Amino acid sequence: MTDLTEGAAPDLTAAVEVPPPEVAAQTLGEYLSRWWLRVRSGDAGVLPVVIALVVVAIVFTVVSPNHVFLSPVNLVNLFDQSAVFVMLAIGEGFVLLLGEIDLSVGYVAAIGGIVSANLVQPSPGWPWWLAIAAGLAVCAVIGGMQGFVITRLRMPAFIVTLAGYLIWFGVMIIILGNAGGVSITSQIIDGQRAIYGIVYSYIDPLVAWIGLVVIIGAFGVYTWRRDAGRRRSGLVAPPVGLTVLKIALVAIAGIAVVAISNVDRGTFLPIVGVPWVVPLVLVVVVACSMLLERTSFGRHVYAVGGNPQAARRAGIEVSRVRLLSFVLCSMIAGIGGIIYCSQLGGMTTNINGGQLVLYAVAAAVIGGTSLFGGRGRAIHGLLGGLVIGAIYNGLYLLGLPVQWQLIATGLVLLAAVSIDSLSRRGTVPTRE
Amino acid sequence: MTEAPTRIVPTDIAAGVPLLSLRGVSKHFGAVQALYDVDLDLPAGQVTALCGDNGAGKSVLTKCIAGIHEPDHGEMLWEGRPTRIRTPKDAAAIGIETVYQDLALADNLDIVQNMFLGRERTSRAFLDEDSMERAAAATLASLRVTTVRSIRQTVATLSGGQRQAVAVARAVMWQSKLVMLDEPTAALGVAQTGMVLELVQRLRDHGLAVMVISHNLNDVFEVADRIAILYLGRMVAQDRAAAFDRQSVVDFMTTGGSGRHTPTLAVPVDGAGRG
Repeated sequence: MTDLTEGAAPDLTAAVEVPPPEVAAQTLGEYLSRWWLRVRSGDAGVLPVVIALVVVAIVFTVVSPNHVFLSPVNLVNLFDQSAVFVMLAIGEGFVLLLGEIDLSVGYVAAIGGIVSANLVQPSPGWPWWLAIAAGLAVCAVIGGMQGFVITRLRMPAFIVTLAGYLIWFGVMIIILGNAGGVSITSQIIDGQRAIYGIVYSYIDPLVAWIGLVVIIGAFGVYTWRRDAGRRRSGLVAPPVGLTVLKIALVAIAGIAVVAISNVDRGTFLPIVGVPWVVPLVLVVVVACSMLLERTSFGRHVYAVGGNPQAARRAGIEVSRVRLLSFVLCSMIAGIGGIIYCSQLGGMTTNINGGQLVLYAVAAAVIGGTSLFGGRGRAIHGLLGGLVIGAIYNGLYLLGLPVQWQLIATGLVLLAAVSIDSLSRRGTVPTRE
Repeated sequence: MTEAPTRIVPTDIAAGVPLLSLRGVSKHFGAVQALYDVDLDLPAGQVTALCGDNGAGKSVLTKCIAGIHEPDHGEMLWEGRPTRIRTPKDAAAIGIETVYQDLALADNLDIVQNMFLGRERTSRAFLDEDSMERAAAATLASLRVTTVRSIRQTVATLSGGQRQAVAVARAVMWQSKLVMLDEPTAALGVAQTGMVLELVQRLRDHGLAVMVISHNLNDVFEVADRIAILYLGRMVAQDRAAAFDRQSVVDFMTTGGSGRHTPTLAVPVDGAGRG
């Protein structure tokens, strides 16, 4: 065999004998041992990010003044801060899945937030839902333009979105005008109150508990019925124990969030309840998971990221998939921008879109999304966003100046990318 | 194949119309004439090996049949009726599937996902995973592909032979009548090659027309019922496999002629070719 054929088809005769744990595992114990085997081979799934989250939480609890990191007031604050990173990471995830990158998401998000905020000012005075729709539509158009240039003119996404980074930064300053900012803290104007309330209005504790029971019930019934149905008809299905474990983990996470949020965290006046941003993030995570994992479009995104040639030969319109992914990336980033606007009570030209991009990529990659395309899930954005949020929040609690935040985030990004590269080396068959 | 025929039987309507016949197909790219006046018959239930040196026009011919290129001249008869195949979709619509050398599988997707890639089954906008998994399992079982541990493992975890099997299974899933395999055993080990060749024979036994493009004469003689040889864009020999020996095939591939065999374009097409 010549070197050429070796190079052309390097992985044809070697197989890595580490199939995913849900394959061929009959019991939970067997599943766990197979899963551990797979972790050791490098494809760890969400394990590193969960460990990272635990480690970050322990470290900051120990070192933060009076151990405030795990206090309810700080944890709710952490959810609010993380929401922005989660949204940006999920948006960026669509593009990372293709093996591309979008460097413009920070300022695109900012423009989405600013457009919505401008439209709920007294002079146009739009209702909040119309203002948000308009903000997201603007983001979609921006994503569409960038995607069009990337797919039709065949330009590298890195360069196009780097140009976009500068262009949308400039456009943002123009939109903000001489005032250099827009505020949405008015409690009199309905539209402003609604957007401000994404982060700063809270669900009644009882309603939150009822909602949680409904959500866990629906998730449990859906998961159980699907897995049990597949087990009955002899299809590949996870063992019973794993189904139960999955439902239990979701229930525990949900109960923890609601319980923490329902502790009174006010200093003078009582502040109680889950901020509305939590269910909002949940809806986006679920919607994106469904889109990616349960629809043809999502399947095509993975295929294009895994092997664009194969996707094209299978009749997939690769350009369309890529274009739509850039649109979705910008739109979901726009949701993040609106949340950011709510959290800050407005937007100014001080927004650091460059840092937001890095946080977005870092969150997605820390969560387990691959920079090389083809691997990633919406839940990765959620978990990775929480890690980034925790670091951001913890360093702030320590009162460390911004330079240390930058360095810490950079190191975490580096660590995540190393894990990504290592796991890639582990999963791709190697020739001995 | 029990005995070599002593004479060349001319093409006979009574012996059955080939599934696909190419008549006088030519194709050029700019000044380069890739195919001159090529005739080719691909009968159902038989494996036709397409041989030729590098640059002989094998892949251009394959791409003409697959709808990636359209011939400049010539005629294609599908089940005896003139047909034009302009796009890969046209080819797929009449039942032509191609398994490419680089397999065209996405490593990050599992077997079921790959087999239905681009043609996913949905119910109410969502993927119908259960029905796809059942259909994929049935197809693999019908081809007796049993070595994979689970059809939900990603293609990245499969061996080369298993990957080839998945690619072939994907091709036969769509009521295809003609399957073309481009160098199906290149880069495979001995055992894996045996497995893929068995698979090719199973396709033939299912009544499909199979065209195998191969350099490997061992494979060709093991699996082919008929051999067609291209030399510099011309079809220089096309006959039942038993009419050739190794040396004559090599002669045709490298010089365009052979003293050991009298080429004919009158092609025997009969089901009795195999013992």
